[in-house]
Amino acid sequence: MNARRTVRGLSLHAVVWVIGAFVAAPLVYAVVSGFKSTGELTANPFGLPERWKAGNYTGILGDGVFWRQIANSAGIAIGTTCCTVAASAMAAYVLARYAFRGRELFYTLFTIGLMFPFSVAVLPLFLLLRTLGLLDNPLGVILPQAAFGLPTTIVILRGFFRTIPAEVEEAAVMDGCGKFRFFWRILLPMARPALGTVSVLAVVASWNNFFLPLLVFDGPDWQTVPVGVQQFQGQYATDYALVLAYIVLAMVPALAFYAVAERQLIGGLTAGATKG
Amino acid sequence: MPDPVSAPRGLRSWASVAWFLLPALALFLVFVLAPITVAVRTGLFKWSGTGPMDDFVGWGNYARLFHDQVFLGDLERGLYLIVLSVTVQLPFALFTAVLLNQRLRGRAVYRMLFFAPYILSEVVTAVLFTMVFLPGAGMADHLAGAFGLEGLRGRWLADPSTVVPTLFAVMTWKYFGFHMMLFLAGLQSIPGEVLEAASIDGAGPWKRFRHVTLPLLGPTIRISTFLSVIGAIQLFDLVWVMTAGGPNHSSETMAVSMFQFGFKRHQVGYASAISVVLFMICLVFSLFYQRYVLRRDLSGALTPGGGR
Repeated sequence: MNARRTVRGLSLHAVVWVIGAFVAAPLVYAVVSGFKSTGELTANPFGLPERWKAGNYTGILGDGVFWRQIANSAGIAIGTTCCTVAASAMAAYVLARYAFRGRELFYTLFTIGLMFPFSVAVLPLFLLLRTLGLLDNPLGVILPQAAFGLPTTIVILRGFFRTIPAEVEEAAVMDGCGKFRFFWRILLPMARPALGTVSVLAVVASWNNFFLPLLVFDGPDWQTVPVGVQQFQGQYATDYALVLAYIVLAMVPALAFYAVAERQLIGGLTAGATKG
Repeated sequence: MPDPVSAPRGLRSWASVAWFLLPALALFLVFVLAPITVAVRTGLFKWSGTGPMDDFVGWGNYARLFHDQVFLGDLERGLYLIVLSVTVQLPFALFTAVLLNQRLRGRAVYRMLFFAPYILSEVVTAVLFTMVFLPGAGMADHLAGAFGLEGLRGRWLADPSTVVPTLFAVMTWKYFGFHMMLFLAGLQSIPGEVLEAASIDGAGPWKRFRHVTLPLLGPTIRISTFLSVIGAIQLFDLVWVMTAGGPNHSSETMAVSMFQFGFKRHQVGYASAISVVLFMICLVFSLFYQRYVLRRDLSGALTPGGGR
């Protein structure tokens, strides 16, 4: 019996290990290859580098372009997140706690957005942004991203706002608290965990967006990390080791953010998915 | 649950409702709903994207679509990717979820690792795998030798018959961890007593999985299926960066075709028609799915009066 259990445990571990290798191998390959020269990478793609050369990595880190892309991506992610969360929180507040005619209609309208894939809207969106003069302008990415982030955010926040007992609101109003003050001073602080979750989701979505920044930004001034990665690959197509070093560095902020915000992210995705 | 009707009377006034709703509504109307209507209109014209839009062709663009071999191929490939996602990727994700739901040393680490690719942008993933599948120098070619798949060497992304399965493998690498997390959340919501009871009634592990776990996981499976179908339909970044739809259109998706026509070949009217068809497919699928599949278990995000 015991032996059987051990065998079972071992085979369980073996299976998990195989899947783990499938996931980790490309990542490890990229990190290690970044320390090689392209010549060495082509001749010996697997082994460890003969001599670990940090030149690829330090070269990129010493270049302002990479940092500018990081700063652009971060700025746009922050802008998007603020817009999405602020607009959603206000809307979710009335959709959750006010009784007014047409409430369900408005809610349904927003949730319809859940089934619009971004790529459907991107071409007319481009035409619209051109008309509005928002091309080559960070707002041209921030505002549409915020708009497309509304449905999930509203669904999650509305669900959360509904769990806050009406007595809290009644007590606040009896103490002379206006509707805006209640929203600002009581509801939002109480909703901090939910706000954290939706913010993390918005940051990740914005950070990873490629289609819209690709279309909206013409020059390198506002280029974000995903667009930068694609351009870099086009530019140094044959310098494999350098390209791999570049994407490793591009992964670092995302993975670091994941390590910090793991709980919120996964909580938000599972809540967002099952509710929407 | 608080009943909104019992909210203090002062909070019911229309003015304050409008004030709170305005920012979200304005953003949503301008950047989500307006583009769709623009696309519907633009799709009726032959238009290069600049100058006056005056060459009205009515359904001409749509008629052309359904004779366009590349576009018909897009539909077929879309369907193929959907079938692969649902029959390969999701069962695989479920399998890993069940695996990591067991008592297993280091399972928290495995969960983090399997989910990590989901965090990376599709572009970073695409460039990474372009390098992995590089003919001659890439890791895949060398592994192919080791696993006796010599025939695949140098062909992964370069051969029309292997390019879509290769892209699907990359999609699986990137997305199975996301579905695994959904399944894990679902598994953890299954009360232990139910499984225990089945166990006492003499059900073995397989029977317990088949007759208890799987049905109770139904809602999660249906959501996962929905998300992966929509994801497969709208696939763009990965394909655009890895193959740009090639070789010879063999990996093109609807979104890639739309991009090609709209931004590379300046046939904006025709590209808009593709957008509209893509939209209609998503809409019809979503409504159908909501109505007939999710109805049972959803707190109905898309049905009025739901979400409670």
